[in-house]
Amino acid sequence: MDFSFLVENIFAITWQQVVMYVVGVVLIYLAIEKGFEPSLLMPMGFGAILVNLPLSGVMNQVSEGIGETHGIIEWLFEVGIEASEAMPILLFIGIGAMIDFGPLLSNPKLFLCGAAAQAGIFLTIIIATFMGFELKDAASIGIIGAADGPTSILVSQTLGSNYIGAIAVAAYSYMALVPIIQPFAIKLVTTKKERAIRMPYKPQGVTRQMRILFPIIVSVIAGLVAPSSVALVGFLMFGNLIRECGVLEVGFLMFGNLIRECGVLESLSKTAQNDLANLITLLLGITIAASMKADQFVQPATIMIMCLGLVAFVLDSMVGVLFVKILNIFTPKNKMNPMVGAAGISAFPMSSRVIEKMGQEADPQNHLLMHAVAANVSGQIASVVAGGVVLQYFANMG
Amino acid sequence: MTQEMILRLEAAVAMLLQGMIGIFVVLGIIALIVLAMGKMGSKKKR
Repeated sequence: MDFSFLVENIFAITWQQVVMYVVGVVLIYLAIEKGFEPSLLMPMGFGAILVNLPLSGVMNQVSEGIGETHGIIEWLFEVGIEASEAMPILLFIGIGAMIDFGPLLSNPKLFLCGAAAQAGIFLTIIIATFMGFELKDAASIGIIGAADGPTSILVSQTLGSNYIGAIAVAAYSYMALVPIIQPFAIKLVTTKKERAIRMPYKPQGVTRQMRILFPIIVSVIAGLVAPSSVALVGFLMFGNLIRECGVLEVGFLMFGNLIRECGVLESLSKTAQNDLANLITLLLGITIAASMKADQFVQPATIMIMCLGLVAFVLDSMVGVLFVKILNIFTPKNKMNPMVGAAGISAFPMSSRVIEKMGQEADPQNHLLMHAVAANVSGQIASVVAGGVVLQYFANMG
Repeated sequence: MTQEMILRLEAAVAMLLQGMIGIFVVLGIIALIVLAMGKMGSKKKR
């Protein structure tokens, strides 16, 4: 009897696949032991191992005796990402449902911090172009600086980038490394005296009406300026609208029939924040692994992409800080702490916690958290607008 | 630097300008609307 079938796949393993097994184990280790974005990195790591097993049944295969078989991860990728980028877009419903825009609505000038902190995306696109990447690939790499996994995946997939796997790994890894990256970047462009600038928190009232109108206004304005951003911004704001309609206390009810509506919408809000977000995150993580096949991932470009992703994050933080320093020239009596500008990246809520911690290191009486949170959620909007703007640029190119 | 590289860099710089202007315009308009709504709300309370 021939038992060679037991070992022939072992001998079929390539060194590139072994590298991917190591990458998978590292991602799982970072997720479980270090707590780095565990909901994404763990499924991505495990998926990376599954898709790189020789003749893996999770990918489409053609075998002599059976013919073509369809793999579940490849199917999920084709349906959930290739066809209409459904998974990252649906995830935005959950993300939008988790965000409280209250601190931002009570201090609207911090919208500009979110805008400024997206500059790293475009500066990195220039650097990547200079390094020899095609424009679409450079744009897909630069969008790592959006510090938003779904945006990175959606833009790189829509542009047909060859590096989706590396881009997804870079985006999620650096989001988790914000507590290390940002302090380094901020200290490069600030002095201790600047980091110690105090900002008293005087919130203006935010009405329920404003909270409900806000997601509608954002969707319409972003959609009119950059139509390609409607999917990203629209679903983010849809999630937020579900949240704001669901967050109601009996004391503020104006209409009796809203009691029933509140009950329905509150359950929708909780579903969006928890069940939907967790389910899509789980599936997205393992689905992205379809783009982590050894022949696509183990190449010199992957290391360049990891480096460029880091550059994007650093530049985001630095430009955000420099923007606030420029604003302070025009408002010398009401200076903002420049670090709040760095909170304009989309890595919520880690970036705002980093800024609070750095503020307290410079001055233990300095509490920047609410300002940093406002800039941080502004960055969430700005990053999806940035993704839409990048897509719109290519759409206009024709 | 080849001609193709120069053209790509020009396109990347154009993307930077268009992109940042677009983001600032969108967020700036939203900020102004939020500011206006805030002021209208505080006037109504008076």
